[in-house]
Amino acid sequence: MKFTLNGSARELDVHPMRRLLDVLREDLSLTGSKEGCGEGECGACTVLVDGEPVVSCLIPVAQVEGCDVTTIEGLPGDHPLQLAIMREVGSQCGICTPGVVLAALALVNAERKPTLAKVRDALAGNLCRCTGYEAIHRAVLAAHAEKR
Amino acid sequence: MRTSTRDFTLRRERTLAGALRVLRDEPDTVPLAGCTDVYVALQFGQKPGTRYLDLTPLAALRRITTSGDRLVIGALASYTDLQRSRLVRTRLPMLVEAAHTVGGAQIQHMGTVGGNIANASPAGDTLPVFAVSGAEVVLQGASGERRVPFTSFYTGYRQSVRRSDELITAVEVPAVEGRQWFRKVGTRAAQAISKVVLAGVRGASPALALGSVGPTVVRLPRTEALLASGSPIEAALDALRAEISPIDDVRSTADYRRDVAANLVREFWARTA
Repeated sequence: MKFTLNGSARELDVHPMRRLLDVLREDLSLTGSKEGCGEGECGACTVLVDGEPVVSCLIPVAQVEGCDVTTIEGLPGDHPLQLAIMREVGSQCGICTPGVVLAALALVNAERKPTLAKVRDALAGNLCRCTGYEAIHRAVLAAHAEKR
Repeated sequence: MRTSTRDFTLRRERTLAGALRVLRDEPDTVPLAGCTDVYVALQFGQKPGTRYLDLTPLAALRRITTSGDRLVIGALASYTDLQRSRLVRTRLPMLVEAAHTVGGAQIQHMGTVGGNIANASPAGDTLPVFAVSGAEVVLQGASGERRVPFTSFYTGYRQSVRRSDELITAVEVPAVEGRQWFRKVGTRAAQAISKVVLAGVRGASPALALGSVGPTVVRLPRTEALLASGSPIEAALDALRAEISPIDDVRSTADYRRDVAANLVREFWARTA
């Protein structure tokens, strides 16, 4: 099967029902996507498929055939969103952070005027047990303001 | 994932006719769309089947259109598609609200209307909306198409009239007259399965449906009749408490559900007056 991963064309010979999360972590050594719950509740495995956030623990890899997949490794490390999360201390233990960044990135890319309500809504599927969320929400709003 | 998929097969058909042939020739095939139920089952070590059919290449089934005064929602429309659709927002705003309460953004991008209906959980968030809106489920099999009124679609807990060689291809909703209402009560606003979920229409005769209070989504004919006849709300709520059959389970208790169901109907009646 063929798909685009972080901007590069990939061709893989894998079982079509394997979870995208497992293929990313085990076959492609991209361990930035985390497995939290494995049942679509926590958002730690969030990746973007064609720009939309999805949980890679519930996707058979066959479903991303021909799609454009972005994982946290596809960001430069000093993306404004990543810098804002560091600055605001929107990350503590870090397990939720890759998923949070990608879910927030989809919002920042799509939304002209993100409000706190929209940020909370966009991140409602990403559980964080450390920060209490406020620092994350501040960071996303700050990153969006910088983009403008 | 606790269930190994190594010995499973996954077919991907590019045409509806091809998909229906697979279901006819291999009757135990499990259709897959958003995978938000099937892959959770696999994670829990369950084995819904060994042969799977991925429907996502059937792009035509994702469309939301109209046919006369009917809203035609393709089975592969996602919860995000429902929220973004101008047709759904104007004609069936209670479905937009229901779609917004399913999981978080990620699950809303993945989960589909057809999957919510086919999964046949009594807690399915969109199901009360279809139960109060006169919806019909469109089923296609290799031998043809049939339509089933949504309120006759379920036959028991996680049981429906869909045969294993049939696919849900669409749900059709006629024009809804009256004020639409939707309210879900769960543990938290997002990422929670409902303890009780209500949809209502305040039209010439009120229509009410509740989820998570019985083996299937239920309409409330006695409660509706009392409300329609102008009976006091307390009399209607007494009928409601007798009309539903909630149970104690991991998410809630029967007593709590009965109280919340009554409160939701009271709120519906007061706020749509």
